[in-house]
Amino acid sequence: MQSFSLRKIRVILASLVFVLITLSFIDFRQLIPDKWFNVVLYLQFIPSVFDFMNVPALASAGFLFVLGLTIVTGRSYCSVICPLGIYQDVMSRLGGRFNRKNRRFGFKKPHTILRHSLLALSLIVMLSGSVILINLLDPYSIYGRSTTYFFQPLVIFLNNILAAILSFFDTYFLFKVDYLKIPFLVFIIPALLLVLVSYMSFTRGRLYCNTVCPVGTLMGLMSRISLFRIRIDHSTCTKCGRCAVDCKASCIDFRNEQVDLSRCVACFNCLDSCPDNAISYGIAGTGTKEGSTGPDKGKRLFIAGITGLIGSLPSVLRAQDAPVPEKESTVPEEKTSPVCPPGGISIEHFTKYCTACSLCVSACPNNVILPSFSEYGLSGIMQPRMDYHKGFCNFECIRCTDVCPSGALLPLSLEAKKLTQIGKVNFIKENCIVETEGTDCGACSEHCPTKAVKMVPYEGNLVIPEVNNEICVGCGACEYACPTKPFKAIYVDGNPVHQDAKKPEEKEIEEGELEEFPF
Amino acid sequence: MKRREFFRKSAGAGIAAGAALSLGGYTKLWASAPEAEAIDMVAVLGGEPDAMFDKGISALGGITNFVKKGQSVVIKPNMAWDRTPEVAANTNPVLIERIVEHCIRAGADKVYVFDHTTHNWVKAYKNSGIEKLAKRAGARIVPADTEKYYHEVEIPGAKVLKKTKIHELILESDVFINVPVLKHHSSTKMTASLKNLMGNVWDRRWWHSNNLHQCIADYALHEKKPTLNVIDCYRVMMRNGPQGTSVKDAVNMKAQILSVDMVAADTAASKMLKKEPQQVDYLPLASEMGIGRMDLENINIHRISM
Repeated sequence: MQSFSLRKIRVILASLVFVLITLSFIDFRQLIPDKWFNVVLYLQFIPSVFDFMNVPALASAGFLFVLGLTIVTGRSYCSVICPLGIYQDVMSRLGGRFNRKNRRFGFKKPHTILRHSLLALSLIVMLSGSVILINLLDPYSIYGRSTTYFFQPLVIFLNNILAAILSFFDTYFLFKVDYLKIPFLVFIIPALLLVLVSYMSFTRGRLYCNTVCPVGTLMGLMSRISLFRIRIDHSTCTKCGRCAVDCKASCIDFRNEQVDLSRCVACFNCLDSCPDNAISYGIAGTGTKEGSTGPDKGKRLFIAGITGLIGSLPSVLRAQDAPVPEKESTVPEEKTSPVCPPGGISIEHFTKYCTACSLCVSACPNNVILPSFSEYGLSGIMQPRMDYHKGFCNFECIRCTDVCPSGALLPLSLEAKKLTQIGKVNFIKENCIVETEGTDCGACSEHCPTKAVKMVPYEGNLVIPEVNNEICVGCGACEYACPTKPFKAIYVDGNPVHQDAKKPEEKEIEEGELEEFPF
Repeated sequence: MKRREFFRKSAGAGIAAGAALSLGGYTKLWASAPEAEAIDMVAVLGGEPDAMFDKGISALGGITNFVKKGQSVVIKPNMAWDRTPEVAANTNPVLIERIVEHCIRAGADKVYVFDHTTHNWVKAYKNSGIEKLAKRAGARIVPADTEKYYHEVEIPGAKVLKKTKIHELILESDVFINVPVLKHHSSTKMTASLKNLMGNVWDRRWWHSNNLHQCIADYALHEKKPTLNVIDCYRVMMRNGPQGTSVKDAVNMKAQILSVDMVAADTAASKMLKKEPQQVDYLPLASEMGIGRMDLENINIHRISM
């Protein structure tokens, strides 16, 4: 009875966590309050480590709880908290469906050297100052990116179809939503990783977790000494091997009645599969043996499916409607630095702590935060930046700083954010409509929330932009609104270190109320 | 645009019959309205937004002069900005609520409210306060952030803006009530009735890069003109428009202008903003194109002080 309830509890908890994390990445209408997600995000290992390195506090110590949990219960993190782990369980189950006949996990030898090398390499690269390898391999971030890049568009697609149908009936509680305009090249890495992880789990269960994942390897080192563990009772075990066949971590050597605790993810499947009740979960234990493997059939269908999904993305991600000015602008924008989102402190800080999970990308209501390609250097690939050709930062919004789980974006109050300068405005008069066409435009100034871009008298009755960098916050609204092509007449150059903007002057207004009509 | 038209036409016969039956009532209402014949503009001063509208519209013969039973109505406020009502970047929500109430009481079949916002539309609709109050009064709040809602139309007589994409609700609704807020505007010096119509179209950037003032005037030639313009001058942004940098940019003017003539209404409004109407380039352009009149001294203005 104990075995039944343990596995059930695991499945229920994992489902809950999985749904919450998935929703946090696809909740494009922000219907669910952030606090619902916070607990599960708090416990994500790599983001929490980064957050703690940044600001050591209880509020960033989620990984310590996870370490404690691992020492007590084994790698339950991998089964219950890690979204990629849970995703792999789902894939693994699907794999079993497709390939019932030949599906056998069975005991496999661990790839000890490979997994330890990858963990060591990740740490070495990180200590040498680049988080690229961790970012590529961190399971939470892989899952976050996959959801943002692939699953969210799918949900938006369905939403938009439903919204279109409902609008026929004059009902608008669902409405059309724009897709994220993620640069195509940036898709490659998440797509490859998603295919790799999906394929590995589809055919071999937790192979990724026990071979590639640095978090899994680290947990494995600790779970060897875990207090609670899977035990095989040598007196009742008949060496039937059913447990090994059901073990998606391929870690039960039933012939020798041994469990490789470094790979066991505490899923408790074996407890249910043992007909002799010889396997239990408790303090101390032993026993094992093996079976055989060989899945391969649904492979083609699966690969076709994934390829189809990825192949259809470019058509899904529509290009923006281009404005057509009379003349083309001639002077290129000179951007010396990318703009990292508010709360990022500096590009150095931001790129050091960002795991590229892309939660801020999916959380941004204005779709201005997008994954970078080479703007931060190739080692910063997928770490998000502000793309002012696709959107602009809403002056009244601090959502990205609220959701970031790794401390790459530190929380900012709305007041502080309004005085944080993430970049500076630059005006290229030679490109400006007012100069080239001799007609009024002023789109930049209209959009500017602080009036760092102001319209001042120009020839005749015309007005032309004048910029004031002291009160500019670098939100990019001017750049987004500017209609010139191919080069903007006004743009924001990133501040490598975020600065303080001055508060716009607030003079009392002299013109008072009306006594009578002036006409 | 086709679909709603279809639905409406299929119900058309019934509506026509209903309207015919109730016609007697309307004539009575018109007759009871004072000075209804020749008023070109009503200007109200010194009241709350809703009370000023009550006075203003009754001076124009009541809302039934503009909205008939069974008709569909679209109300187009300025709610383009994620700003609270005190900043006065958006039309006063209480005024919108009251106009919706009037339309519904007049027997409007449906009352829609939308704007093609500049800021994130969900936030702008919400933080302007308009979504809540308009819904409370019985209006439907409709998104306008997607190109599919817009349909290309030609504008005969236009000098620059010969074609543009207009929101389907503007094209299809029987009645179109334009409810701008009067504001200083960085690029066009002032925004009111004419400039508010920019929120009816999809591609505003094109206007900006192709002689903004002429485009504003050209658009007003389109056949779907406002049935009525109500300029909200209750709280008026005197500088740093169109979105304002603080509540200090606005003053309480406590006024309202109602007119069918957009140019006349805007000319009056520009004076309230202490601008010279001739300096607001699109006004003389529109006036020369015959869209409306700038010679306020020659039109019949009904002034109400409260």
